[in-house]
Amino acid sequence: MSNAMSALNAVSHEEGIAQITEVGLRGMITLRGDLSDAQLIKAAEVAAGVPFPEQNRANTDGLSGLCWMSPDEVLILCPHSEAPARLAQLQEALAGSHVLAVNVSDARAVFALSGPHAREVLAKLVPVNLAPGAFEPGMFRRTRMSQIAAAFWMADAETFHIITFRSTAQYAFDLLKVAAAEGSEVGYFTA
Amino acid sequence: MSTRLATGGRLIDTSQPMAFHFNGTQFKGYAGDTLASALLANDQMLLGRSFKYHRPRGLVASGAEEPNGLVNLGQDGKFEPNQRVTTTELFDGLTAKSQNHWPSLEFDVGAVNAKLAKFMPAGFYYKMFIHPRPLWKHVYEPFIRKAAGLGAAPKDRDADTYEHFYAFCDVLVIGGGVAGLQAAAAAAASGAQVMVIEQTAHFGGRAPVDGGEIDGMSPAAYVNEITARLEAMPNVTLRTRMMGAGVYDHGYILGYERLRDHDPEAPGPRHRLWRIRAAQTITATGAIERPLSFGGNDVPGVMLASAVRDYLVNYGVSVGDRTVVVTNNDDAYRTAIAIASAGLSVPAIVDARADVADSALVAEARALGIRVLAGHGIRMVQGGKRVTGVTICAQAGEGAPVEDIACDVVAMSGGWSPVVHLWSHCGGKLTWDTAQSHFRPDAARPPIGADGTAFVHVAGSANGEMMLDAVLRDAHAVGTAAATASGFTADENTDAPQASIATEAPMAAVWMMPQGAGHKLRSKAWLDYQNDVKVSDVQLAAQEGFQSVEHAKRYTTLGMATDQGKLSNINGLAILSDALDQPIPQTGTTTFRPPYTPISMGSIGGEARDAVFQPIRRTALHDWHDANGAEWEPVGQWRRPYAYLRAGESTHDAVMRETKNTRENLGLLDASTLGKLIVKGPDAGKFLDMMYTNMMSTLKPGKCRYGLMCDENGFLIDDGVVARIDEDTWLCHTTTGGADRIHGHMEEWLQTEWWDWKVYVANVTEQYTQVAVVGPKAREVLEKLGGMDVSADALGFMEWADGTLGGFDVRAYRISFSGELSYEIAVPAAQGQAFWDALMTAGAAFGVMPYGTEALHILRAEKGFIMIGDETDGTIIPQDLGLNWALSKKKEDYLGKRGQMRTHMADPSRWKLVGLETVDGSTLPDGAYAVGEGVNANGQRVTIGRVTSTYHSPNLGRGIAMGLVLHGPDRMGETLTFPGTDGKEYRAKIVNPVFYDPEGAKQNV
Repeated sequence: MSNAMSALNAVSHEEGIAQITEVGLRGMITLRGDLSDAQLIKAAEVAAGVPFPEQNRANTDGLSGLCWMSPDEVLILCPHSEAPARLAQLQEALAGSHVLAVNVSDARAVFALSGPHAREVLAKLVPVNLAPGAFEPGMFRRTRMSQIAAAFWMADAETFHIITFRSTAQYAFDLLKVAAAEGSEVGYFTA
Repeated sequence: MSTRLATGGRLIDTSQPMAFHFNGTQFKGYAGDTLASALLANDQMLLGRSFKYHRPRGLVASGAEEPNGLVNLGQDGKFEPNQRVTTTELFDGLTAKSQNHWPSLEFDVGAVNAKLAKFMPAGFYYKMFIHPRPLWKHVYEPFIRKAAGLGAAPKDRDADTYEHFYAFCDVLVIGGGVAGLQAAAAAAASGAQVMVIEQTAHFGGRAPVDGGEIDGMSPAAYVNEITARLEAMPNVTLRTRMMGAGVYDHGYILGYERLRDHDPEAPGPRHRLWRIRAAQTITATGAIERPLSFGGNDVPGVMLASAVRDYLVNYGVSVGDRTVVVTNNDDAYRTAIAIASAGLSVPAIVDARADVADSALVAEARALGIRVLAGHGIRMVQGGKRVTGVTICAQAGEGAPVEDIACDVVAMSGGWSPVVHLWSHCGGKLTWDTAQSHFRPDAARPPIGADGTAFVHVAGSANGEMMLDAVLRDAHAVGTAAATASGFTADENTDAPQASIATEAPMAAVWMMPQGAGHKLRSKAWLDYQNDVKVSDVQLAAQEGFQSVEHAKRYTTLGMATDQGKLSNINGLAILSDALDQPIPQTGTTTFRPPYTPISMGSIGGEARDAVFQPIRRTALHDWHDANGAEWEPVGQWRRPYAYLRAGESTHDAVMRETKNTRENLGLLDASTLGKLIVKGPDAGKFLDMMYTNMMSTLKPGKCRYGLMCDENGFLIDDGVVARIDEDTWLCHTTTGGADRIHGHMEEWLQTEWWDWKVYVANVTEQYTQVAVVGPKAREVLEKLGGMDVSADALGFMEWADGTLGGFDVRAYRISFSGELSYEIAVPAAQGQAFWDALMTAGAAFGVMPYGTEALHILRAEKGFIMIGDETDGTIIPQDLGLNWALSKKKEDYLGKRGQMRTHMADPSRWKLVGLETVDGSTLPDGAYAVGEGVNANGQRVTIGRVTSTYHSPNLGRGIAMGLVLHGPDRMGETLTFPGTDGKEYRAKIVNPVFYDPEGAKQNV
């Protein structure tokens, strides 16, 4: 609907050592089930339009994606407006199986963190090895970002996409701004 | 006097002068100075006063071990007390003030304590202030509190910022001296990711000061060479100004990086706390020189021999014109040689060893014409605020004066102790090295990781290797071993560089000077300079039965100062061992705990301050609430509007208005924060029957049921309305604060106990904006929006339906927490604001007003509905609240059922829920207790009940309350007395808790 608003209305911040942007509404469907089940894999791939990911990885293509969340959960990414239809399609494909599929698009906020210092800005907030080689595009991590839950992947070598809960979007944005404050370069990953 | 020499000072840049202030006086220093070297260069030897006796205190050391040189540093938002001058780099405009004196550093009233020293022995405070008891609170404690503490507490907000950083590496080397650098080079040759952290601004440690030769180069040249080599390697990170603060389990290391202390006006964070995961850690933390215990060894001007040498070589500062060196080893001769070579006077080297071998260093000193007094010691230092001379005695015997020597510096050396702190933090054990009289790490008992192997290694002087060539060989081997242990293959072709340094004759263990010092001398021989612990105090502690080193430490306060006994520890326990007549290893050491030196509170907090101190959760309507007068109430991490204040309105008036309007017209509540958990699967009904006390499996799709949740002990933990969505799907509403907790509770039971039940749970709380549309005109406003049929026939009480309203896709629940006609409408959160706006617009004709949580509370209390957290506190079972109707009798089991059958839970004397109506219409104080007859075993008045919720009801025009009362439901009509904390007594009648519309007619229309 045209009156749909993302948590922070696509705010962005350019003044620090990395760029931070709320990327706006994204379609997201949580799918829980047996991830080894061929029917589930196929249905998820159809719903997302990308191949099924391995553990700790995500396959993304523009607004579409499939992210490994846990041994019995994946997250389907799609354009926001398409989430209800894709969910219905998914539920139909998996009717009769023991799965849970729900639309969580509006429960989330998504940020892009980009620039040459993106890795070290995020490494101030998440207990994850973000060194080049240790974390690369194609990988996906659910963790905490300072005091909130977060999940992220890399869209390219200098861009992270970070998912948080919608209610913590302002905190996440403020947090990333602090971590990207002027003069706070670490120089660890580029050393 | 101490002064800057015309030449020398390898770390300072005389082309960059800097001005700074100490106690209001302007001084000059240079870039590269520490505050300590700059103060000495300006002849400022007196820096502060000791803690207990207020004795004058000057510098003793040149590094992190300094006990005396603590100052109040900076001003206003950049003020920080207890800053160590030896580790504070000078910057232009620095201001510092000395501590722990009044009215001035030069003249201190507290110094009278020193005159009373003989009446203030170890344990003085414990002994003196225990009786008479009442004096403690009113006399002793206020006095001691005033006297306690060294630096001043900051008064302003910290103007700086701080941050954390998570780093991972294969080999972390703590300490950037020649050992650390060599270990890093050896480890890095294997390809391992290596990080070296050095607490000072310079690599190389002591080696450039102490001399010798490495690969044909001076140590300083070699340090430059190896540092450049390491910097060029892509797998090596070198960081200065970063201290290894603590070593923890699983290779977790805290690194404390001081980014802006030397350049406070530069943008960026002041400190960064590194949270490092290292597969292997090498502690190359060097060694610290020990003082010697002789009379007057605390007089300003008595310093460690190595420190005197450091100031001379590193900063071109002469501590004084005439330096007497007192030692039990060869190393201190280096100081004498350095001083004499700089053209200054060394009247004597007082060597406690009876036989001084003609070793290389001794020969060199003698060749410089320095007099060596073998077998002698210092009986007493002369001088008050500054050394004026020493009285020499034989080391053997009781200290008869032999000779007075005039001097203004005493450079002492009692040998070296490895810095074993980081090795010990996580359980590394120590062994006593008799030859070197120190504890050194026991390689056979290292800190052990989860896999049963060592995860900390120790290299160089920290490992007890005191000679340059041995240090480098040890470091190379340890670096190689650490790389191998972290899974890399060592490069066989690398080796330690060739190094040589003057050989040294054996040292002698000297713990007291002279050996047979009497009480008078012992009570002038300091062990702990900051806390004023003397040799005589430790001996007294032993005599009074404090035999454990941990007890003796606390009784005497030895090693409890901000330096944590870096200088005093070994000397103190040697004295204790002697007093207990047992070998030193049997006495052992006190526990080494992180951090190595104090780290700033700001660094621990990191970025968590101001806007990001903690997350505040916001609903999709947050900004609207904020713009419409919301007074906020924290509910869990959420902020919910407590009430919406209109211009000129008090909070109470707003609450009254909102409460009345909701009963009379139309109220809107943002109920989005209430938890929404989807529970789905073939076993979901069975699962919910266990989770809830009610039967949920029999609920029909399209229907809602209020449910209670208990823990396995039977206590209420949550409540809410459950809606059955379809054959195998339920939606469970939880309390606002309970959403994440109950989600976790469900997952825990599913994952650990009923792992074979086919149930999935998803938390969709934030997917929806949920608006409670409440009041007699609720249906009318929804009909005005138009869309789905919300009539009583189409959507009955406790039913739900999907449909559209005003063009929005909604799920409408016909549920009521107010006793009014009420719908809760859920829309996708992204459309929440638009839907709310539509409701407000449509509702204008019906007198719509948003209402906050306090109106919600009053509305539910008028109806006698309980609130988790008000009527419950973790000790309340449903039966206490008269909720027996919600306890299924048909079910074989549910969580809490057996707990509720325990005798205490089934006890009829448990307090039970009733309504309370004040006799005079006033409002009962929250949490007030009802008193009964007599007193209990503690002499307190017997209590027979307490208030759990209390409000003024605008709809009833008087105070209403709920409470838990002994035999309450059987005592309807009785009047109870509630003493208030305001001195008044409140009287209230026991009534039915449903005050308003007991038939439920209003909600069921």
